[in-house]
Amino acid sequence: MSKTIIMTGNTAAATAARLCRVQVIAAYPITPQTSVTETLSQYVESGELPAQYVRVESEHSAMTVCISASTVGARAFTSTSSHGLLYMHEQLHWAAGSRLPIVMCCVNRGVGAPWSIFNDQQDSIAQRDTGWIQLYCRNNQEIIDTVIQAYRIAEEVYAPVMVCYDGFVLSHTMMPVAVPQADMVDSYLSPYRPHTILSPDNVRNINPVMFAVLRKNSAGVLCDGYMEMRYKLQEALEKAREVIVEAGRKYSELTGRDYREMLWSYQDKDAEIILTGMGSIASEATVAVDMLREAGIKAGVVGIRVYRPFPRAEVQKALGKAKAIIVLEKDISYGYEGALCSDIKAALYGTAINAPLHNIVAGLGGRDVKASEICEAVKKSLAEMKGQESRFKTHWLNCRQ
Amino acid sequence: MPENLFKVKKEEYMLPGNRACQGCGLSLAYRYATKALHQKTILTIPASCLTVLHGLYPTTSVMIPCLNCTFASTAASAAGLVAGLAATGQTDTTVVAFAGDGGTYDIGIQALSGAAERGTDFIFACYDNEGYMNTGTQRSSATPLGALTTTTPILTKVQHKKDMLKIMEAHHLPYIATTSPAYPIDLYDKFVKAKRIVGTRYLQIQAPCPPGWGYPPRDTVKIARLAIETGIFVLFEIEDGKFHFTSRSKTIAQRGRRLPVVNYLEKQERFQKMSMDQIESLQKMVDSKWQEYQKKAEG
Amino acid sequence: MEKKDENISAMSTVAVGEAGRTGDWRDLKPVINHSKCIPTVKNKAACYLCWLYCPEGVIKTGIPVEIDMDYCKGCGICAEECPAKAISMVPEGDNDE
Ligand SMILES: Cc1ncc(C[n+]2csc(CCOP(=O)(O)OP(=O)(O)O)c2C)c(N)n1
Ligand code: SF4
Ligand code: SF4
Ligand code: SF4
Repeated sequence: MSKTIIMTGNTAAATAARLCRVQVIAAYPITPQTSVTETLSQYVESGELPAQYVRVESEHSAMTVCISASTVGARAFTSTSSHGLLYMHEQLHWAAGSRLPIVMCCVNRGVGAPWSIFNDQQDSIAQRDTGWIQLYCRNNQEIIDTVIQAYRIAEEVYAPVMVCYDGFVLSHTMMPVAVPQADMVDSYLSPYRPHTILSPDNVRNINPVMFAVLRKNSAGVLCDGYMEMRYKLQEALEKAREVIVEAGRKYSELTGRDYREMLWSYQDKDAEIILTGMGSIASEATVAVDMLREAGIKAGVVGIRVYRPFPRAEVQKALGKAKAIIVLEKDISYGYEGALCSDIKAALYGTAINAPLHNIVAGLGGRDVKASEICEAVKKSLAEMKGQESRFKTHWLNCRQ
Repeated sequence: MPENLFKVKKEEYMLPGNRACQGCGLSLAYRYATKALHQKTILTIPASCLTVLHGLYPTTSVMIPCLNCTFASTAASAAGLVAGLAATGQTDTTVVAFAGDGGTYDIGIQALSGAAERGTDFIFACYDNEGYMNTGTQRSSATPLGALTTTTPILTKVQHKKDMLKIMEAHHLPYIATTSPAYPIDLYDKFVKAKRIVGTRYLQIQAPCPPGWGYPPRDTVKIARLAIETGIFVLFEIEDGKFHFTSRSKTIAQRGRRLPVVNYLEKQERFQKMSMDQIESLQKMVDSKWQEYQKKAEG
Repeated sequence: MEKKDENISAMSTVAVGEAGRTGDWRDLKPVINHSKCIPTVKNKAACYLCWLYCPEGVIKTGIPVEIDMDYCKGCGICAEECPAKAISMVPEGDNDE
């Protein structure tokens, strides 16, 4: 039996790390993630969680510590936000290239310049191509559940997982959370086994210089070159789709909460207008959908839970019957459009789906996004979409232009 | 013949046929460091000449497990190994970070200072070839005054070398030592000793580099020896804050005779554009450092 | 079927000669005049400074002293440091021992 406790998103994340019995934690304070590190410090110093906690001097070092610890067989955890995540960038590539199942919470926050401590998703989107699996949560229950699933996924695929949730909107908001029992989590997660044991008895030089060409080892076997190693990582992330679905299915069985799909949906059965997005903005969209339906517009939401690997087939299926698509997102790929929008368009390319699609960039740096505003923006887009030249467009919601 | 030569392990842990240049000072030093460290050790090394010495995939020339890390992250990588080993009960393994001067004095200093301040139980060894050699001899903060590098190609380096040892001393470490490939037995002994101590141990090796410093490969040991004879580089240990000269520097301290720094400078092309003022300034710096060390040695 | 490596991330195994036969890098080769070499002259283990200072570890401390010419890079440190001047560096291709 689980116990329901009212807690913040950050407490949910720290609680999940404790339940997963993480062995090494390395983290550095940054708003709005800070209280994750503080709560974990409490757990470790009180003896509740027997882990090594390395109070590093930077996020670059935090990720480094996780990399080395994970290499020698310890389950590692960290969390960060915004500039902390950007500062880790080099190490994010290193972790994925080393095929280490590190789990990190990214408490989404805007990035400078200028400074903003408030929420958007530019930080994690900027790390899209580092080889990390990215999962997005829409409430605190999902945070605790997703972190637990993340270890199972990571340790099976041998790829790191970033669990993303919106700063303040979730990190600092109290919500009821059903906390799974420790023995349930223990049965769900097998102990971590590294893909290679680095020890004095097994001499290896890990992550050496690698050339473009294939070279033979001393046993005469023609070994991979750099590009083959990249291919293997790509293959692993492609394969991760099945692992994520299976991990979700098993977790749903144990908890009764539904994680069976890479997408979630709301009122989508008969929907003609599909709103899509990741994290709390997609949650807000469900309220907007209720308003739209009151106004006689058959709208629904398809939420993206898994952003990398991108659920291409699932998106095609979920948007198959849409007469119009609205992609809501809290990031921008400067000089083009929102990153999720591009990904969704790419997934639909070459299919029979040719619905008009508008991208709504919203909530950057914590700019308020009300359901009523989403509702109005959707109505405006629907009107515009009737004109041939406005079938595809990016709007900045609530922004003086 | 140094009669203690026979106590050094005959087995080689840095294997022949590696990628270090002819006469590489790092390679000579590393031969002895690996002999001292080989048992129950995990290495971590950043981008540097040492990465190349360790070899290209899928072969390595070093018989000690090693985790390559990014340039800035060496000491944090060591801290992660220490934490990971502790968390998984593998506490009898020594973690050793080995970085160049760029990876120590410059880009690696933040992680190193952090790990040292936390008292991380590991050895950090800096081999100081006084520049970014892997990328083709650019200046670092360890490059001495007056040296030509590819980024100080006309005016020479106009600043003195950073005193990294003093920075490490300020971290109150249980063990700090300087070593030179001209005294391999001393180097070996210091690594053996460091391996037995608990806490952060910092070793600095002066590593002459024939292509980077501009001298023939056969002179590596001679140059390293001259560095000590002139007091440009000084062999010492600081154990729990207590300073003492060691090896040849101890003899020099007792006899009070040092050679002028020009004897060292004139053998290397990198100093060929040094002005008289610069030479004088370097001599003064070396003299005052030496006095500082002597005072420390007297206690 | 062609054998493949199973590594999912890059990790090397140990072998001599990672960079190939580095003896090929030499212009000059060390030649020992054993009639001057201390261990041979005294017929006991002694001196071995060449072994001590060789950056490659390719000198064997026997009687007589031997050099693994497959991997000696020809730096000449052994010749410089030999107290008996028993080693001379001669151009590759000269066969006179
Ligand atoms: C972040 C980053 N910046 C730059 C480099 C390029 N780089 C690789 S090795 C190196 C110089 C290494 O110098 P040092 O640490 O002194 O070691 P050495 O090569 O002299 O042995 C540089 C600049 C890098 N790998 N990573
Ligand atoms: S460049 Fe210098 S330090 Fe680097 S391998 Fe060559 S000799 Fe050694
Ligand atoms: S250094 Fe010279 S004398 Fe001594 S063992 Fe070597 S070759 Fe013989
Ligand atoms: S020439 Fe250099 S590499 Fe060859 S044996 Fe002498 S010291 Fe060793």
